[in-house]
Amino acid sequence: MTAVLSGQAVRPGDRVFSGLSLAAGVLVLVVMAAIAVFLVWKAIPSLTTDSANFFTEQQWLPDRDPPVFGIAVLAFGTVLTSLIAMGIAVPIGFGVALFIAFYGNRRVSTALGFTVDLLAAVPSIIFGLWGLYYFMPRIVPFAEWLSTYLGWIPLFRNDLEIYTKSILMAGVVLAIMILPTVSAISREVFLQVPRAQTEAALALGATRWEMIRMSVFPFSRPGMVSAAMLGLGRALGETIAVALLLSAIFEINWAITEPGGNTFAANIALKWGEAADNGRSALIAAGLVLFLITLAVNMIARWIIARHEEYT
Amino acid sequence: MSKRIDLVDLDIFYGDFLAVEQVTLTVNPRSVTAFIGPSGCGKSSVLRSINRMHELVPGAYVTGEVLLDNEDVYGVDVDPVLVRRTIGMVFQRPNPFPTMSIYDNVVAGLRLSKRRRRSKDLDDVVERSLRSANLWAEVKDRVDRPGAGLSGGQQQRLCIARAIAIEPEVLLMDEPCSALDPISTLAIEDLIHELKDTYTIVIVTHNMQQAARVSSTTAFFNVNAVGEPGRLIEIGETSQIFSNPRVKQTEDYVSGRFG
Ligand SMILES: Nc1ncnc2c1ncn2[C@@H]1O[C@H](COP(=O)(O)OP(=O)(O)OP(=O)(O)O)[C@@H](O)[C@H]1O
Ligand SMILES: [Mg+2]
Repeated sequence: MTAVLSGQAVRPGDRVFSGLSLAAGVLVLVVMAAIAVFLVWKAIPSLTTDSANFFTEQQWLPDRDPPVFGIAVLAFGTVLTSLIAMGIAVPIGFGVALFIAFYGNRRVSTALGFTVDLLAAVPSIIFGLWGLYYFMPRIVPFAEWLSTYLGWIPLFRNDLEIYTKSILMAGVVLAIMILPTVSAISREVFLQVPRAQTEAALALGATRWEMIRMSVFPFSRPGMVSAAMLGLGRALGETIAVALLLSAIFEINWAITEPGGNTFAANIALKWGEAADNGRSALIAAGLVLFLITLAVNMIARWIIARHEEYT
Repeated sequence: MSKRIDLVDLDIFYGDFLAVEQVTLTVNPRSVTAFIGPSGCGKSSVLRSINRMHELVPGAYVTGEVLLDNEDVYGVDVDPVLVRRTIGMVFQRPNPFPTMSIYDNVVAGLRLSKRRRRSKDLDDVVERSLRSANLWAEVKDRVDRPGAGLSGGQQQRLCIARAIAIEPEVLLMDEPCSALDPISTLAIEDLIHELKDTYTIVIVTHNMQQAARVSSTTAFFNVNAVGEPGRLIEIGETSQIFSNPRVKQTEDYVSGRFG
């Protein structure tokens, strides 16, 4: 009797495909490692010359003798602008996505979804210019209102009575930039919820909002985290719009409606041209910190997603 | 509990498409009514019109009346959410909430109503519902485990427990056994026998033996061709429909000559 079942245990197509995906995965890791090695290697020269504490120093004078520079202001500005952007863009982005997926009638939803996708494709320089020349003058009254009525909160105090080029402005423009990202991705996630799940909730007598909490959120949570994290990634790394919108003052200032603030990405873009050798090395050191922060953000996001995975 | 349903001149539309035409029938309380008929004749559409799930499809609507003890389910000031709380539904594929425990699945509907309940009461409801669904013995030691970890048949009984936990007047079942093995199917049929003492039950099935086993009344639907509306051909006592149908189409269908 001939063996009917014998043959290749693994099909060539499968082998090629698994080989390709393995290679792609390895390649990504290699590139990541190469970036990290490059950053560390280029950053070390300036870090060894720094006469101040790299993490707590507020000034940025790497080309002076002796060099004095630190990332305190950059970290502060980056984190604060991104937090403001997230605080505004994430709830609104989810809200818009929920509306598109579950509330709007078909025509309105399609139009709104299309607009959101278009906004996501607008280059950030456009947002920067628009923010600088159109948006900023128009939200000054809002910043004034904040400092008049909520000025007793240190965050909103404004002793300078100048309301432009502030961390708040940059945060709000960043929010508008990342809103379409958050909303477009979370909409895709919401549309993936199986109809069996939404119908199960509705058939129990859930209202639409109860249905969303009962069957949409549990199913979409990992995707919503990814949507928020991708938005955060864009906000953290955003260079040009923030460089245009902040007035690059090297001082930690909690009064977010006053001019000031700086971020890693904006600082690198602004300072690179004029920097000498040590200055460039210092900027690369700052870039390394940004790299580590985004890496950490992504790992935390992965961890949150993984914690919920046991159910899906 | 358990109310009568009257469908009066019901037309069911998906946008411009008339899917089911002029259905008039009565479902008696505390009984099992089976809907049979070939695929596409509109059984699911009729079923989903009864608890207003039909209108969730964009563009879908009905005309005519669905009366629940003479109250029009489609009346102007009727809240579809309350209709669905009163008329429970079990779907073809078991659909427990995957992130919820067995316990939370059973009380999911109860937690929706505003009235706060003590956890002792909830415990009682969970035990009572799972017992009614013939699932208690199998899961009583692990009600805090995810509902998705059960077998298909157990999941379907969990869905039945979830539907009866809110004490509906009517229970609609759309091919509840078609995704299940014969043993789970028998378990659910036994369950339907017990539940009919309390609830009005409507079950859609493709399985003629099942219709004969569980129902006291059978309604036969048919459709002439794709694109034409489905119609109610005949409704009567199950024994009469299967042994002595009045209409030729019904006889052909139940004797297996087509469909
Ligand atoms: N969501 C929908 N949109 C448009 N038409 C639909 C939709 N659902 C069903 N129909 C149409 O309505 C008619 C009745 O469908 P229905 O699902 O009620 O039949 P059924 O008797 O339940 O069939 P089956 O036995 O296959 O489940 C069919 O012609 C079908 O194509
Ligand atoms: Mg059907």
